[in-house]
Amino acid sequence: MKKNYSINRILVYVFLVFTFIVSVFPFYWMVAGMTNSAVDVIKGKMTFGNQMLSNITTLFTTYNMVRILFNSLKVTGFTVLGILIVSSMAAYGFQIYSSPAREKVYGLIILFMMVPFIALMIPLFRLIVKMHLLNTHSGLVLTSIASVFIIFFLRQSFKAFPYEIIQAARVDGAGEFRIFFSIFIPSMKSSYAAAAIYSFMASWNAYLWPLIILQTDKQKTVTLMISSMSSAYFPEWGVIMTAIVIATLPIIIVFFGFQKYFVQGMLGSSLKQ
Amino acid sequence: MLFLALILATILNDKTIKYRGIFRTAFFLPAVTSLIAYTILFKMMFSLDGFINGVLLNVHIIKSPIPWLLDPFWAKVTLITGLTWRWTGYNMIFYLSALQNIPEEIYEAAKIDGANKVKQFFYITIPLLKPLILFTAIMSTIGTLQLFDEPMNLSQGGVTSATIGPGNSLLTLSVYVYNLCFKYMPNFGYAATVSYAIVLIVALLSIIQFKLMGDKK
Repeated sequence: MKKNYSINRILVYVFLVFTFIVSVFPFYWMVAGMTNSAVDVIKGKMTFGNQMLSNITTLFTTYNMVRILFNSLKVTGFTVLGILIVSSMAAYGFQIYSSPAREKVYGLIILFMMVPFIALMIPLFRLIVKMHLLNTHSGLVLTSIASVFIIFFLRQSFKAFPYEIIQAARVDGAGEFRIFFSIFIPSMKSSYAAAAIYSFMASWNAYLWPLIILQTDKQKTVTLMISSMSSAYFPEWGVIMTAIVIATLPIIIVFFGFQKYFVQGMLGSSLKQ
Repeated sequence: MLFLALILATILNDKTIKYRGIFRTAFFLPAVTSLIAYTILFKMMFSLDGFINGVLLNVHIIKSPIPWLLDPFWAKVTLITGLTWRWTGYNMIFYLSALQNIPEEIYEAAKIDGANKVKQFFYITIPLLKPLILFTAIMSTIGTLQLFDEPMNLSQGGVTSATIGPGNSLLTLSVYVYNLCFKYMPNFGYAATVSYAIVLIVALLSIIQFKLMGDKK
């Protein structure tokens, strides 16, 4: 019986280690690929080579990586900021101010969460063209700052905030904005962190919408550039690997830095029932 | 994918396993990579003389290289492998946090009654997690229906060429709508109709989910 047990144990570990390797291997390969030439990458060379410097130089000179990274950072930064202000105010409003129509309006908004983006794409595209925002970053940011998911997520966590504190602040003569900015936000920091991380991920990795509205090379974001590099006739895989590493790095850093909030942000509020 | 995630979550919930934290982080890592990044990594690994074929040839599982991305069937296999890699850890975290809420006593009682680990898994874990399994299943279905980034980048020159994957084998609803709007003669009306079909399917699935979730309360 005892022996049987330990064999099981070993099998479990073998399974775990196997899955571990499968999970982590692409990351290793990505970093190894960064140091190899295009031919070696496509042949599946697994060891480190000496092409890293030339890959990085090519990336930054031929593909104007600085500009593209700046684009991505700009779009992501403004989107996260916008989401945190606009969507959190919406969630705050839904939670704090009561009115007879509140739940109906809220239900309607939540319903929009079910509408897949691909269905919104066409009307949104027409709208952006009419507003002359095609090929601008504002077109990208403006369409994403009112995130239904974030409103839903934040409202769910705002429910824990005691209403009495707001009433007390009102009695003390604080204005509504003051209550929101100096009392509410500081005490809801962890929810804001989770929301920020979620929107950072979504915005940094966005592909479909940027692909549609950013049609000039100058405005491209990192994901778009990687995609177009890899569909070239003679893709320079080593350089692409370098670009992928650069694109993945910020997320990995955020992931390891804020693991707790990160998981909370990804799971959203679906578990808090 | 969901089953694999469930097994992993069950194993990692066992407090006697060592290095649980490291395993958990590693399994979750794929879920943070960008869709484009992992798709292109998989595209390279599954190329004709690429890494996967190299390994399989070396251990003599196959005799000639599998044309992963050149054959409609294998292209789908590649896509599914990629999706499994990307989303298993993500679903595992869902299950793991639910498993932590199942009281230890239930398992202990089962052990006394003579149920082994496998029986415990099928008769306790799965029934208790049923609502969550349903939730993740429906979310995955909705997500897969809307698949766009992966097929677009997995196929050779997906952004510019007329077909997605060999013989259009990777054509998903989202890609179809995109093609209708931006690749062929722009036909916004028809594309909007197709996208309404997607809305309907998603709405239907959501209603089912709400109904079943409602039963729980």
